[in-house]
Amino acid sequence: MKALIALATMAAIIPATAGNITGKVTLKGTPPAEKEITSIKDDANCGKLHTEAVKTRFYVVGKDNGLGDTVVMLKGISGKSTGASAAPLIVDQKGCFYTPYVTACQTGQKITVKNSDPVLHNVHTEPAVSENKSYNLPQMAGGADLNFTYDKAESFLKFKCDVHPWMFAYVTVVDHPYFAVSDKDGNFTIKDVPAGKYTITALHRKAAVAGVDQEVEVKADGATANFTLEVK
Amino acid sequence: MAAAVFIFPAMVSSAQPIPANFWLARFAVFTALATLGLVGMGGLVTSHGVGMAVPDWPTSYGYNMFALPISMWLTGGVFHEHTHRLWASFVGVLVVILTRWLGGRESRMPLLAIGAAEILAGVGLLQIGGDWRGAGHFLQGIGGVVLLAGIVWVRNERARGRLPQLGWAAFWLVQLQGLLGGLRVVLDAHVLADVRLGTAFGIFHGCLAQVFLVLLAVIALFTSRWWSHRGAQILRSGIESSVPARLVLIATILIFLQLLIGATMRHQHAGLAISDFPLAHGRLWPDMSPEAIARYNAQRIETIASRPITAVQIALQMAHRFLALAILVAVLAVAWQARREKTSFRRFAWVWLAMILAQAGLGAWVIWSNKAADVATAHVMLGALSLVTGALASIITLRRFYPSGAAIPAGASFEAVRAGILSSPPANP
Repeated sequence: MKALIALATMAAIIPATAGNITGKVTLKGTPPAEKEITSIKDDANCGKLHTEAVKTRFYVVGKDNGLGDTVVMLKGISGKSTGASAAPLIVDQKGCFYTPYVTACQTGQKITVKNSDPVLHNVHTEPAVSENKSYNLPQMAGGADLNFTYDKAESFLKFKCDVHPWMFAYVTVVDHPYFAVSDKDGNFTIKDVPAGKYTITALHRKAAVAGVDQEVEVKADGATANFTLEVK
Repeated sequence: MAAAVFIFPAMVSSAQPIPANFWLARFAVFTALATLGLVGMGGLVTSHGVGMAVPDWPTSYGYNMFALPISMWLTGGVFHEHTHRLWASFVGVLVVILTRWLGGRESRMPLLAIGAAEILAGVGLLQIGGDWRGAGHFLQGIGGVVLLAGIVWVRNERARGRLPQLGWAAFWLVQLQGLLGGLRVVLDAHVLADVRLGTAFGIFHGCLAQVFLVLLAVIALFTSRWWSHRGAQILRSGIESSVPARLVLIATILIFLQLLIGATMRHQHAGLAISDFPLAHGRLWPDMSPEAIARYNAQRIETIASRPITAVQIALQMAHRFLALAILVAVLAVAWQARREKTSFRRFAWVWLAMILAQAGLGAWVIWSNKAADVATAHVMLGALSLVTGALASIITLRRFYPSGAAIPAGASFEAVRAGILSSPPANP
């Protein structure tokens, strides 16, 4: 019975003509080699959490040159955020790393930062948009979760730990719910986009900081948008 | 040039060598060395990118600075930042003692008044609250130390000449420097006229550290036995130097400008703006177009949370490289001029040149090592030492302007010169 009510509610909320935008982000060119983070081995606390060499993760390139950690979102839409009622975005500090490394949320959506490490961290946010506030808060081992909310859209808002300066992550804050982050093979799905014509953009921390745009028309059966980002 | 006599009255204070205070001289050297160490510790903080590893100030993670549990102190970047704070506190106490020592018993009342005023000001800032609480605690802490220095009942004589004034200058500078370091943390995220205050205070803090170190080195020089004997002898006998004081001064000013550029580059936390040397992004002059900047950033793989580089930062590093060349030429010219000197200045000049060459090598190594923290910090420390060497060399070569009694303006007695109250500048030689 509950499932039926939920389905009926979903049907009422989602326009009948909404569809998903699916696609793949591909990297063209050879990215620079990732570097080993040697500092982590020297750290008395964090070094113990890793048995193998730890590397940077700027270019996550998977099958068929699929590029992960790319934020894909619709452009030119504002004031459509449902962040206030959305589930919190969870960012964890585990193994002295932020997980996930690149993610996205809506304006007004709660960002919950956990500390799963047996060590002290400080969560230092560095927004570039002046209306978004910077925080620098300590978080002890096993300490309470820290919650952040940002009200202005911003690409790649940085979260970092100064205690362990190799720890940083990026959260892109979007003013609507139509975005996705590509998986390790470059695939993404933006769900429930109302039918219509849009500009869709792909942002990558290194290969496309300003974004690469294309036009897409969403119909009842959805749409496809593939991106090729180039590293020179 | 009157300023030289005004500042260095000890040079002309007596026909007989002045017996220097043995322990005062050593204490001044110790304070200067402790400050050099503090500059190095600050360099490590910036090189590791851990300036905000302790989010609060002057408390550390809510603890009184001196009561932070050792387990927290030894955690990652907290170690560098907290050690820097403790070391700075130690230097602060040393400077207050030095001020009291140089100022003699006459300094007791001013110290008592300043200490009490700082404590009261600290209470006031705590009442205001907010971001001012840190500064309030800081003022109360330093005010307590100053008050204690004023209470100490030692009826020592004031140091000769202008040394007490130099002590007071160090006294105010160390407090300003401490306050800047704290505000760099507390106001890190604040933006004023599109300038992030954390960055601005960081640059100012880094530059003032160099000035402060030079001041303490000068105090150490003036309290030294060598200076008392040599300075008096120089003025009496008029030993000539073949090295133009102006050349030494120019080289020193260039080094200071270089340190300003270096501090600006480091405190922008953008890592290496140019990652190759001797070329710059593969060319003699790097491409600074927006497309090229995007390409450089796409190719950079940073292991710490560096900000993307900009064209301005590339231009700064190019200026740093060219200025390094100019400094090398200037110091080479000093060493060349000094090659036939009969005094110890010749050795001094060669040591200075060796430091500049080593510094250039370290600068290249900073790039080749992808800005390894220990290499970058060694570069900062040797830069500071080069500046100190240049400043002391400038002072020593200024003796040329007072080679004999004839260079001292007519009518000005040695007593008048000693008191630093020359009414007109002496003629240039």
